[in-house]
Amino acid sequence: MMLHPGLLLIAGGILLAFVRGSARSALAVVLPALALFMVWQVGDGIFGRVGFLDYELEFVRGDRLARVFATIFTLMALVGGVFALKQESRIEVPAAFVYAGSAVGAVFAGDLITLFLFWELMAVGSTLVIWAGGASARAASMRYLMVHLFGGVVLMAGITGHVADGGSLSFEAMQADSIAHWLILIGFLINAGAPPFSAWLPDAYPEASWSGTVFLSAFTTKTAVYVLLRGFPGTEILIPIGLYMVFYGIVYAILENDMRRILAYSIINQVGFMVTGIGIGTEMALNGAAAHAFAHIIYKALLLMSAGAVLYRTGKRKCTDLGGLFQSMPLTTICGTIGALAISAFPLTSGFTTKSMISQSAANEHMMIVWLLLAAASAGVFLHAGIKFPWFVFFQKDSGMRPKDPPASMGWAMVVFSAFCIGLGCYPDPLYAILPYAVDYQPYTGAHVVSQLQLLLFSGLAFFLLLNYLQRTLTITLDLDWFYRVLGPGIALGLAEGVASGLAAFGRGAVGAFGSIRTAIFRHYGPSGVLARTWLSGQMVLWVAILLLMYLVLFYVPD
Amino acid sequence: MHWLVRPENIRKLWIGFIAILVLTVIAEFFVEAHPHFGIDALPAFNAWYGFIGCVILVFGSKLLGMWLKRPDDYYDEQ
Repeated sequence: MMLHPGLLLIAGGILLAFVRGSARSALAVVLPALALFMVWQVGDGIFGRVGFLDYELEFVRGDRLARVFATIFTLMALVGGVFALKQESRIEVPAAFVYAGSAVGAVFAGDLITLFLFWELMAVGSTLVIWAGGASARAASMRYLMVHLFGGVVLMAGITGHVADGGSLSFEAMQADSIAHWLILIGFLINAGAPPFSAWLPDAYPEASWSGTVFLSAFTTKTAVYVLLRGFPGTEILIPIGLYMVFYGIVYAILENDMRRILAYSIINQVGFMVTGIGIGTEMALNGAAAHAFAHIIYKALLLMSAGAVLYRTGKRKCTDLGGLFQSMPLTTICGTIGALAISAFPLTSGFTTKSMISQSAANEHMMIVWLLLAAASAGVFLHAGIKFPWFVFFQKDSGMRPKDPPASMGWAMVVFSAFCIGLGCYPDPLYAILPYAVDYQPYTGAHVVSQLQLLLFSGLAFFLLLNYLQRTLTITLDLDWFYRVLGPGIALGLAEGVASGLAAFGRGAVGAFGSIRTAIFRHYGPSGVLARTWLSGQMVLWVAILLLMYLVLFYVPD
Repeated sequence: MHWLVRPENIRKLWIGFIAILVLTVIAEFFVEAHPHFGIDALPAFNAWYGFIGCVILVFGSKLLGMWLKRPDDYYDEQ
């Protein structure tokens, strides 16, 4: 009897909402650990065929690609669960487990309907995680839900069209060659944070609690990377889309002041690398995208844990309010810096051994422009996340605050993920061994190490020389969500006013028109109207006599 | 005052940093390069390319920011 690791997390998450005290803490650690174990009990092949209407669903399909994503998702739930042990919200961690479990369910889904069910459940779980962030997060969580429900509708329309076109319900690689397939692709890309739907991510994720954002960073966008990897490998349009995301993330992060929004923009930047790799579509590029997703979840969670620790201790999230924290939060500073080095792909960190496979595959395919842009983007990552984040939060000017390092549970979670960042950087072979395709890649060549160090360190030089231009201001940067947050409501409001005043004018006109008709009727049929007034009986008799007389005259005249 | 923020130490850090920068450029001559395109065979390509890339990104962002920046309570006002 096999236990579905995703359903285990979902059911366990719901159970967790009703448990308190040490039992809750134990459950929060045991559940994802058990799920991680169960992921590796799923063999290759299809399990759990279920009849549904006229279709046969493939509830679980095990293969290498599904397993690598399910592994990192359950690992994330485990370490995130430890990090969130001090979380006082009773909803957040249970919702996060439902969210993580549905992400696991989505990657194990063998058919499109099962995928869609888990896809929607993810939207519900993640919305609850944001919602649990408190009163200030409610509006953002609703905007987030709207975008994802819209994405779900687009995806469902695509799946329906695909099946109506005679396509198999089984989720296999497809081409962007029909409207239905385009709709599926768009539905996937909305969850990946691709343009024009990128703004939902930096809008919503940083509104969650200090631990909620850690969970949120992992599942939605990386499930999107997984479905693109399986559904649309080698689809060329993904290359420009991915490159746009890469630079979008850098530019917006450079302009941002909120430390967690900086990291949220950088999620889109990192997913952009993966999407580009999927667009390149060679075995090495696809391996690179999967490996990068694996490493990215760990170092992005680590970065957001260090930011969460700062938020937990200081209650502040703007770079302009922070600085100098390294003096009293050494552990958080070291772990945050390790995460920053890993996201920048410094040698001996996990970014170096994974992300480089994507740019190497661009070089192997002789895509010079793509390769040059990815290299510039790697420099930009160091600029906006690698230095900017730790510099403005932990160093720069002294804010005067001397908060302590966070409680042990949070500290241990950061230490474990720091160890993963360095471990996968020094010894990537266990990760390479579980990638979808056989790996023929050697990250540590002299030329690669030297060129990467040149690229990053000279980017660092640029950062410190241009520091005056990078000082943070109390600003946000408008994004395409302006259209649905300001312009759309503005038009709706204007329309509503227009309709309201139109209705009022119509009402007045109608009253006027009806009024004149009414007056006319009243004149003729009213109590004193010619046709309705009460006449005297004598007059009636006279009129009857006159009518009879006229009748007699008419009767005799023709003869 | 923490040793890391004393002015004389910041000066030393800069000197150390520049020394490392020079070393990474020199190191290029001691590794076997395998460029894929013509441009990445140029001397210290990654050094100047990374530097110029960052300068363009910073000023490009500033330019975009002039147009799109708003006070951070912008949406609260809406």
